[in-house]
Amino acid sequence: MTDFAIRTENLTKHFGRGKELVRAVEGLSLEIAPGEVFGLLGPNGAGKTTTIRMLGALIAPTGGWAEVAGHVIGRADAEVRRKVGILTETPGMYDSLSAERNLAFFAALYGVADIPGQVEKYLRMLGLWSRRDDEVGEFSKGMRQKLAIARALLHEPPVLYLDEPTAGLDPEAARLVRDFIAELGKEGRTIILCTHNLDEADRLCDRVGVFKTRLLALDAPANLRRQLFGRMVVFHLAAAEPRFAEALQGFGFIQKVEALDTKLLVTLDDPEAHNPALIRRLVEAGAEIRFVGEARRSLEEVYLRLMQNDEVNNG
Amino acid sequence: MDKVWVIIRKEWAEVFKNKFVLFTVAFMPLLFTAIPLVILYTMRSASPEEALGLGEIPPEFALVCGDLAGAACAQFVIVSQFLMLFLLMPVIIPVTIASYSIVGEKRTRTLEPLLATPISTLELLAGKALGAALPAVIVTWGAYALFVAGALLVTGNPALAGLLLKPLWLLAIAVVGPLLAVAAVSMAVMVSSRVNDPRVAEQVSALVMLPVLGFFMAQTFGLITINQTLILWLALLLLAVDAGLLALAIQLFQRETILTRWK
Ligand SMILES: Nc1ncnc2c1ncn2[C@@H]1O[C@H](COP(=O)(O)OP(=O)(O)OP(=O)(O)O)[C@@H](O)[C@H]1O
Ligand SMILES: [Mg+2]
Repeated sequence: MTDFAIRTENLTKHFGRGKELVRAVEGLSLEIAPGEVFGLLGPNGAGKTTTIRMLGALIAPTGGWAEVAGHVIGRADAEVRRKVGILTETPGMYDSLSAERNLAFFAALYGVADIPGQVEKYLRMLGLWSRRDDEVGEFSKGMRQKLAIARALLHEPPVLYLDEPTAGLDPEAARLVRDFIAELGKEGRTIILCTHNLDEADRLCDRVGVFKTRLLALDAPANLRRQLFGRMVVFHLAAAEPRFAEALQGFGFIQKVEALDTKLLVTLDDPEAHNPALIRRLVEAGAEIRFVGEARRSLEEVYLRLMQNDEVNNG
Repeated sequence: MDKVWVIIRKEWAEVFKNKFVLFTVAFMPLLFTAIPLVILYTMRSASPEEALGLGEIPPEFALVCGDLAGAACAQFVIVSQFLMLFLLMPVIIPVTIASYSIVGEKRTRTLEPLLATPISTLELLAGKALGAALPAVIVTWGAYALFVAGALLVTGNPALAGLLLKPLWLLAIAVVGPLLAVAAVSMAVMVSSRVNDPRVAEQVSALVMLPVLGFFMAQTFGLITINQTLILWLALLLLAVDAGLLALAIQLFQRETILTRWK
C-alpha cells in the first residue's frame, strides 16, 4: 500500500482539438490520504465531473498521471474500477426493474460474493428495504439518489466519489444523505465529494480543493478562512464609544479594527495568544465587555473570494 | 464470461417488459408461421396450375420438387417463397431488442454507472448482442419447427414436410438465420449509439432486411435458383460480412465517446 489513497500529478484533460479545444482540467496535482474526506469545489464547468471520471477510469486523461488505491490509471483500469464506488452526476437506474433487481445486477458486475446480503444491507441502511420490490420508475428523486448511493457501496469500495450527492434533494433527505456520508467518512473510506453546497463541504470535508480547470486553493476549510481573511474576534460591549477602538491602536498583531454598533470587530492571526492583552486594554479604557466571540467566515465567503481573485488574475 | 450472462439476464428482464418488443418477439413469429400454413390450407385441393396461376409447372420447379408431383409440388413451390419469412425473423427480432436495449441505456442514463463497473467493453457488447440474437434464433427455430409440424398436419403429406427438413432448408434456418441475426445486431449497436429514439434506431437497422428481401425477389423473378450451393456461398459471405460488421461495431463503441456524447 502507498501512503496515499489518491495521488495525481499534472492530471490534464482536454476535449476536442484546434478551435474546439476545451481545457476541462489542467495540471491537477493532488494527494489524498486514506480515510480523508476531500471536497472538490468549483463553478459549473470547472471540470469536477471530468476529474472524477478520470479518477474512476471512465475516461482517459490527455496528460499527467494518477494513482488510485495503489493502481495507476490507464494501466490497471479494471482494478481501479473494482476499488472505486461512484455516485455519478446523473444517477441512472433501470426504471422497469425493481430496486432490488437493479442493485443485484450491479453487484453481480462488481463480482460481489454475497449479493443478496449486500443488497439487503444497503437497502436497509438507506431506508429503502420496504420499497425493494417496487419499480425504480416510481421512485422520487430522493429515493433514486439513495439507491444510487447504495449502488456505489455494494462492493465495499475503499474509495468513493460522490458527484453532487445532495443536489435536488429536500432538506430532510439532504440531511439524511449528509449524515450518511459523515458515517462513511468515519468508517475510514476515502471520499471525494463534489458539491455546490459549501456549507455541506465545510461540515463534511477534512480538506477542500477549490477548483476551476486549475486548482486555486487546497487546504482544510479552517485554514483557507484564516489564509484569506485572518481570524476575527468580536467584542460585545455595553456601549459604543470611539475611544475603545482607539485604545486598540498600536498593537502590531492587529490587522484591522472595525466598530459596528456596540461591537468591536478585530482581525488578527492568533486570538488565543493576544485576546488577554486586548481585553486588558479595553477594560483599562473603561469598556464593559459583555461577551467575546469569534466571527466565523463561511466557506462561501472563502469560495467567492477565491473566484474573485481568479478573475482578477486571469483578466 | 459470467458477466456476459449477467448482462443478458438483465436485458431480458428489462426489454421484455416493453410491450412493443414483446409483440415483435412473440406475436410476429406466430403470424409469420400462420400465414404460410393458412395459404397451404386454402390450396389443399387446388390443381397445380390453379395454385401457381401458371399454364404448367416450369421445369426448374420440377427440379426443386424432387419426388413431389402435381398439387404437392405447387404447394411446395409456394411454401418455398415463405422461407423468406423465416430469414426475416432473425433480422427483425434482434434489431428491435437491441435498439430498445441500447437506446434505453442512454435514456435511463445507466451507461455511466455500467461502465464504472469492472466490465470490459467486449463483455458488455457480447451481452447486449447475445441478449438480442439468442431470442431471435430460438424463436426462429421454434417457429420453423411449428411450421414443419403444421405443414404436415395441413397437407397430410409427409413427403412435403420432409422436403422442409432437407439440408438446404436446415442450412438456411440453422446457419444463415443466426448469421443474419449477428449482422442485424451489429448494425443495431452501431446505429443505436448515434440516435436517441429506439424507433429510429430500429428502422435504420432494419435496412439489413433489404438484402434478404432482394435475395428472395431475385428468386421470385427467376434470376437465381435457391439451392444448397447458393445457400452455402451465402453463409460464407455472411460470415465475412458479420466479421466486418462486428469489428466495426466494437471499433465504434469507444467508451469515452459514448459516455460523454450519449446524452
Ligand atoms: N465530451 C466533451 N466534449 C467537450 N467538452 C466537454 C466534454 N465533457 C465535458 N466537457 C467540458 O469540460 C468542462 C468541464 O465539465 P465538467 O462536467 O467536468 O464540469 P463540472 O465541474 O462537473 O460542472 P458542473 O458543476 O456543472 O457539474 C466543461 O466546459 C464542459 O463543457
Ligand atoms: Mg459536474
